[in-house]
Amino acid sequence: MSTTLFDRPTLKAEYGNYIGGKFVAPVDGHYFDVTTPTDGTVITKVSRSNSKDVELALDAAHAAYATWKHSSVTERSNMLLKIADIVEANHHKLAAIETLDNGKSIRETINADVALVIDHFRYFAGVIRAEEGSVSELDQHTVSMNIKEPVGVVAQIIPWNFPLLMAAWKIAPALAAGNCVIVKPAEQTPVGLSVLMELVGHLIPPGVLNIVHGFGPEAGKPLAQSSRVHKVAFTGETTTGRLIMQYASENLNPVTMELGGKSPNIFFKSVMDHDDAFLNKCVEGAVMFALNQGEVCTCPSRILVHEDIYEAFMERVIARTKAIKMGNPFDTNTMMGAQASEDQFNKILSYIKIGQDEGAELLCGGAPASIEGEYADGYYIQPTILKGHNKMRVFQEEIFGPVVAVTTFKTTEEAIEIANDTLYGLGAGVWTRDSHELYQVPRAIEAGRVWVNCYHAYPAHAPFGGYKQSGFGRETHLMMLNHYRQNKNMLISYDKNALGFF
Amino acid sequence: MTTRVSFTPAAKALMDELRIFHGPIMFHQSGGCCDGSSPMCFALDDFKVGAVDVYLGDVDGAPFYMSSSQFEYWKHTHLTLDVTPGRGSSFSIEIPTGKRFMIHSRLFTEEEFNQLPPVRKGNQHSPA
Repeated sequence: MSTTLFDRPTLKAEYGNYIGGKFVAPVDGHYFDVTTPTDGTVITKVSRSNSKDVELALDAAHAAYATWKHSSVTERSNMLLKIADIVEANHHKLAAIETLDNGKSIRETINADVALVIDHFRYFAGVIRAEEGSVSELDQHTVSMNIKEPVGVVAQIIPWNFPLLMAAWKIAPALAAGNCVIVKPAEQTPVGLSVLMELVGHLIPPGVLNIVHGFGPEAGKPLAQSSRVHKVAFTGETTTGRLIMQYASENLNPVTMELGGKSPNIFFKSVMDHDDAFLNKCVEGAVMFALNQGEVCTCPSRILVHEDIYEAFMERVIARTKAIKMGNPFDTNTMMGAQASEDQFNKILSYIKIGQDEGAELLCGGAPASIEGEYADGYYIQPTILKGHNKMRVFQEEIFGPVVAVTTFKTTEEAIEIANDTLYGLGAGVWTRDSHELYQVPRAIEAGRVWVNCYHAYPAHAPFGGYKQSGFGRETHLMMLNHYRQNKNMLISYDKNALGFF
Repeated sequence: MTTRVSFTPAAKALMDELRIFHGPIMFHQSGGCCDGSSPMCFALDDFKVGAVDVYLGDVDGAPFYMSSSQFEYWKHTHLTLDVTPGRGSSFSIEIPTGKRFMIHSRLFTEEEFNQLPPVRKGNQHSPA
């Protein structure tokens, strides 16, 4: 592959909040430094907001909602299409900013993050034009009519692993459904959304979409706690998920939660029946744990492989893992970039150690990666494979790094048992040439998304969400619209006569 | 006595810093996505622990909890609360300091494991 080296983007010196259709300085005037994990240097400052800024955003959102709630489906759809067009026109610019902000390689931000942002806006623009409500004639004189209404002003708390894409997953359906939105980006990765608002802000009526930057306990908490918010959407970890649900319970607010997983990736014996293109795809499927440096809620972080093919299959997986090219994240040949922050870097290394302390065998990786040149001070970790058993902590906890734990199974029943022996149920992978297995095994797995003979595909139009402690709600699909709406039932009588009760 | 969780001087220093603004504090070990697998620090009673949680002990006077389902996999490991530089996410109250609590783990020896007191449910412990 020919190399393309993208320029490192230059940013403004600081970014305020985006409230009421314009960038505004934080009320108390405080900003915090944003560093890039590619080399640990400070790249800009963003608002260090608090409850005062949140109240301003709530004022703007409520003011806008008075008219936005009457916006036509056509108006909302066309707005989302125009946002998508502008993102598309700035595809590489936004990809480079996402790489700078998060640390991931430019080949991923171009081909996954930003490409999917465009498609998700277009998807939600499309589905709302095709949707219809429902009408039932309950009897000769009585009609039940269901009309979808937006919930109102919604709060969305965005994670740092796919800063723009996770924002698009949440913003697109909320706007499509007719809500006004207040977004709190992750404090590690606030830049992409600010730059996006510079590009598309003029397309959106003032107050309909607001961005409040800041730290979770200072800005996220007052937003999640506010009685002026009508719904909260969160992607993150379980303790904060519980805390947000506690706040929501006080307001009797609905929530949607996406809280991660420990996804099994199961390789049945038949994958090795032939040495062909499909086997090659299966090997790549096992190495998918390294996508996005492993910082994916659905990271296939447990490989379950049939014991008869373990040696031959893992030999290929290890070789493919060792061939992962690390280096300058702005180089299109670089496959894996930096972990998103120094604390993540240290946490991942601590997990590699606990895995080995528990008796897991290190098959490859296991240490920081040394990157030469200007990115030597970034947070890079070698893709790592540990062999052990499913009761080990490295098989049970989300490391959120390029670390996979592999174990073997003897029977299909054992594979299913191991796959389901987890607190979570977000994703799973099943790889087989057997047409019975490829239906029956996914049905037996307790997870909201089972990839069959593929992994890590996130197309709009296929619902995504968790079972068990992975949360609830289904994103990337029109199902999500109903998480941002209420149902207005009009029960209409066409009978002129009294009931006769009184 | 064998404890399930201890802390480093750096963790104590950060806890002292946080107590100036927040008063008494507590920890709840998280799991899952993003900053999952990190300990979360809150003002005491801001996070409601319940019968699904276990109380592992105090760290410098701050109660440390974990969900009982997660504890099943952690019970054979001793935890040390430490601090790392880095911009964490989540609602943990140390985030604005630019430092992040983190956990180091080591396996209990068999002798230590046998001496451990049983854990209590989160709702059976009322810290002073």
